[in-house]
Amino acid sequence: MKSKMSFTPQEGEAHSSRCPDNTAFKQQKLPAWKPQLNTATVLSSFFLTGAFCLSVGVSLILSANSMREIQIDYSDKCSDCSKLRENSSNWNKECHCSVNFTLKEDILGDIFIYYGLQNFYQNHRRYMMSRSDAQLLGRNANIENYCAPFATYGNGTPMAPCGAIANSMFNDTIDLFYNINSSGIQVPLLKTGNSWWTDKNVKFRNPKSYNLSSAFAGTARPPYWQKPVYLLDGEDDRNSGYINDDFIVWMRVSAFATFRNLYRRVRRIRQFTDGLPAGNYTFHISYNYPVTKFKGRKHVILSTVVWSGGSNPFLGIAYVVTGTAATLTGFVLTAIHLKLRKKKTYFQKQ
Amino acid sequence: LFLQIFAFLALMCLILAIGNGIWEYDKGYYFQVYLPWAEGVTSASYSGFLMFWSYVIILNTVVPISLYVSVEIIRLGNSFYIDWDRKMYYPLNDTPAQARTTTLNEELGQIKYIFSDKTGTLTQNIMCFNKCSINGKSYGDVYDMSGQRIEINENTEKVDFSYNTLADPKFAFYDHSLVEAVKLSDVPTHRFFRLLSLCHTVMPEEKKEGNLVYQAQSPDEGALVTAARNFGFVFRARTPETITVVEMGETKIYKLLAILDFNNVRKRMSVIVRSPEGDLTLYCKGADTILYELLHSSCDSLKEETTEHLNEFAGEGLRTLVVAYKNLDEDYFQDWIRRHHEASTALEGREEKLSELYEEIEKDLMLLGATAIEDKLQDGVPQTIETLAKANIKIWVLTGDKQETAMNIGYSCNLLYDDMDDVFLIEGSTSDEVLNELRNARKKMKPESFLDSDEINIQFEKASKKQGILPDEQANGVYGLVITGHSLAYALEGNLELDLVRTACMCKVVICCRVTPLQKAQVVELVKKYKKAVTLAIGDGANDVSMIKTAHIGVGISGQEGMQAVLSSDFSFAQFRYLQRLLLVHGRWSYIRMCKFLKYFFYKNFAFTLVHFWYGFFSGFSAQTVYDEWFITLYNLVYTSLPVLGMSLFDQDVDDHWSILFPQLYVPGQQNLYFNKMVFVTCMLQGIYSSLILFFIPYGAMYNTMRSDGKAIADYQSFALMAQTCLLIVVSVQIGLDTSYWTVVNQFFIWGSLSVYFAITFTMYSDGMYLIFTASFPFIGTARNTLSQPNVWLAIFLSITLCVLPVVGFRFLKAQLKPTPSDKV
Repeated sequence: MKSKMSFTPQEGEAHSSRCPDNTAFKQQKLPAWKPQLNTATVLSSFFLTGAFCLSVGVSLILSANSMREIQIDYSDKCSDCSKLRENSSNWNKECHCSVNFTLKEDILGDIFIYYGLQNFYQNHRRYMMSRSDAQLLGRNANIENYCAPFATYGNGTPMAPCGAIANSMFNDTIDLFYNINSSGIQVPLLKTGNSWWTDKNVKFRNPKSYNLSSAFAGTARPPYWQKPVYLLDGEDDRNSGYINDDFIVWMRVSAFATFRNLYRRVRRIRQFTDGLPAGNYTFHISYNYPVTKFKGRKHVILSTVVWSGGSNPFLGIAYVVTGTAATLTGFVLTAIHLKLRKKKTYFQKQ
Repeated sequence: LFLQIFAFLALMCLILAIGNGIWEYDKGYYFQVYLPWAEGVTSASYSGFLMFWSYVIILNTVVPISLYVSVEIIRLGNSFYIDWDRKMYYPLNDTPAQARTTTLNEELGQIKYIFSDKTGTLTQNIMCFNKCSINGKSYGDVYDMSGQRIEINENTEKVDFSYNTLADPKFAFYDHSLVEAVKLSDVPTHRFFRLLSLCHTVMPEEKKEGNLVYQAQSPDEGALVTAARNFGFVFRARTPETITVVEMGETKIYKLLAILDFNNVRKRMSVIVRSPEGDLTLYCKGADTILYELLHSSCDSLKEETTEHLNEFAGEGLRTLVVAYKNLDEDYFQDWIRRHHEASTALEGREEKLSELYEEIEKDLMLLGATAIEDKLQDGVPQTIETLAKANIKIWVLTGDKQETAMNIGYSCNLLYDDMDDVFLIEGSTSDEVLNELRNARKKMKPESFLDSDEINIQFEKASKKQGILPDEQANGVYGLVITGHSLAYALEGNLELDLVRTACMCKVVICCRVTPLQKAQVVELVKKYKKAVTLAIGDGANDVSMIKTAHIGVGISGQEGMQAVLSSDFSFAQFRYLQRLLLVHGRWSYIRMCKFLKYFFYKNFAFTLVHFWYGFFSGFSAQTVYDEWFITLYNLVYTSLPVLGMSLFDQDVDDHWSILFPQLYVPGQQNLYFNKMVFVTCMLQGIYSSLILFFIPYGAMYNTMRSDGKAIADYQSFALMAQTCLLIVVSVQIGLDTSYWTVVNQFFIWGSLSVYFAITFTMYSDGMYLIFTASFPFIGTARNTLSQPNVWLAIFLSITLCVLPVVGFRFLKAQLKPTPSDKV
């Protein structure tokens, strides 16, 4: 660049002149937009953001108010069950547990059932790494490198699915009953369609074989599982194996130690077409998942959603606070500006 | 600075490691049901120890390694701007400015002291014979009818040299009486010019008949020979034994018998010639102080008159030489030349023997007169000096000229002016005298500086054990200081150093005259040693090389005196006046750009890295990263590298015109106001604040909530994507705020980086990439699923607002309460 010479002949100027090129770039004269933090833009930006944040915040809070949520901590509801599960030798003993609640008014719209865990560190680095994505794609993969410490059994049989995440899959089953006239009607629940489309169709695939159980031949279930992976949903082969929705949801590990995962959706048929009518309900839970060992808690949650998502009021409050703060700061800045305006001096051109 | 960053890193890792130890003890131990401890880990404290190193790896991005590469690119770019600047190109000798080192650009914006040579730097180093004194009569001034001296300007009638066909047409002289004297064959005048045409070491070159070109070692000699040529004593040719001179049209060949050459000690040169008539004569020219000692007593009265003229000449800033001659006795000379021959072939002590012989013959000289040569100031020097002085830069002129000449140049180029409160002269010839003069000067400038209670004295007492850095002292007025080389030699000795520095640095201008090249370097060294300031030395000749090398920044004037100065310099250009552009425009911009760059770079890395730190508290201190591995890799490399480079190559807070018009804008650089520890801590705090926002807003927004279709959203991958998108938009907006000069390139880089981020993200999270590289891209579908959610975007917008709005408010307040000079322009 430096030695590049201008070969356009100019009057009287030698071709070999070392005079630098007269381009806007080299002379640092590129046309430019020079925005300045002047009073008008600063103050108006404060007031505008203030107003915007306030309105967003208020609408968020309003919409959050319209939603309903019922959260029940059932970790200690059935004390014998939790005791039973503390001893891992009782893994194949069944334990059932019922949790009652009452709806004083109808819940309308789509209703979702979540299970929530507390103090469960799904975001621990070693936990999060302990999975084999290739295996979950149905490929023959070397799982040793990825799945430690839950990769193979002592005799060399690989676990399917392998890894700490899969091994610790949440395996309580929750059923919801609507009690009218002392007889319970089971609320119809949807167990598929609860996961991301990409996960269900791209990220998770069963190994190819003529039937599901042969696809998983030569593998064994993870140590904490009660049934093998191809029997995760005994009724529906398209929801069994790696592509089981509950499994997929579990495998999408949470970012925090307290989290909730979608378990079931209420199927809107019969008397539940508009949602759940008011009345008494019971959760029938088969209590398989031990949480007391690591001082965890588990919940079951019934919730509706709005356009902005779930029941978390954080965003709404944060927007209101931000909006208020921005507006107040705007006023303070205006006051300071007005007070100082007279004192402000500019350089005089000498 | 980097040590502090490392300490900060170690501290963070330590906190997290301890956290891990506690967590593993308190929770992880029980969590072993689902996640047994790694192999070999037997206790919580050992796990914490391992985690310390894991976090060192994750958090090492606070130590910006890629910073060095970017810094070099910026410096290189800014050096190219200097090379390319047409306003620093000198068309007359086709010289562009040149940045010979690329590492010092930003220091150009912090200069506090300039050490300048005089000859060839402030002046053109084109000598012209201006005045002379012959036999007690001064020539050169032009008087009008009433006897008043008139200023010489373009219209003044020049002397007509047409009677002399060999005259140099470029030579200009205005006093007609001298030509008259020559034409009238005035004997001393003829002898004067004959001397000038004989006593020199110039080589003539005559390519065409009558077109003489002189090759002179020093421009002074050339000027004198040219003058003699125009007045009719044309030096035509030289052989080792003869000199051909055309004297008033008549060719004469002189036999050259001996040359008693010039050196720094003798400060004179002589020739001994035999004229065609057979007369033996010694012609001598040299410095007045030396030659006056050698004169014959018979010319005492002439000596007085000539002295008067000499003072007058020096007072006008002219360079003076005294010329004298002596007729030699044939026998004596033969004896002398024999001894001279012996001496010059002697094997030992040749130098001493020769100089003894020279001294023997160079005495009892007859005074002829004196010459005065003008060294014209370069264009724009006074204005440049005035501008630089306004920029609070102190200028020291170090020159080999005598005091009167130096002071006069000082006045004529605005270094010294009549409004100054005082100009101190330091010319003591003993150590004590010099000390007294220095102390008196300081007393006058700042009387309290001798009291024990004076802050600086106290500070200095404390620091006296170590090598102290003197703080700046404020004088009570504008002062100048002139010190002679003789006194300087004393002042540079151990115990006087300090007084010299304190006194001299309070003055606005310091002129050192009669200094040797070594002393120049010593003076620079002295200021470097006692003042925490960036120094610049500018010069053009070989005698400035030591000074140029000593100073932080050396600038060479590519002028008349060869290339040594340029070769040892960091920057070079053709004219002194370009210095103001180099400092006030290029230096200032480079400094501001570098500071903005560093501030932003540290900010963006702090904001980026500290999010991991906060996440540690929520992920069992397990060294889990917040972002996707790919994002961590590409963040510094792709997503944020170009916008910041664009800013630091193109940013201009004030354009060049205004920077020169308001030299005050330079002052913040000298005090290093734009990047110091305070500023670093500020941008660190800003980074910490941003990282808090960037972690807790997505955290709050995702905690225990779900998407608008009821599916869970708080999964790790969505959180990672959200946090990294927030971060990238926030740092992009931040650079937008920092940029004050938006060229097309800046726009392109900023928008380009953002779009590249989204493009790369969607590509990496696509089905195809996952199916091909399953292990590398586990984030499949996250971008599509998460970025379609309204609450994700609301959280992103909130983070941006919270990160940026306080900065805007803070800057606005700062501009209102404490406007910086550039805000005012």
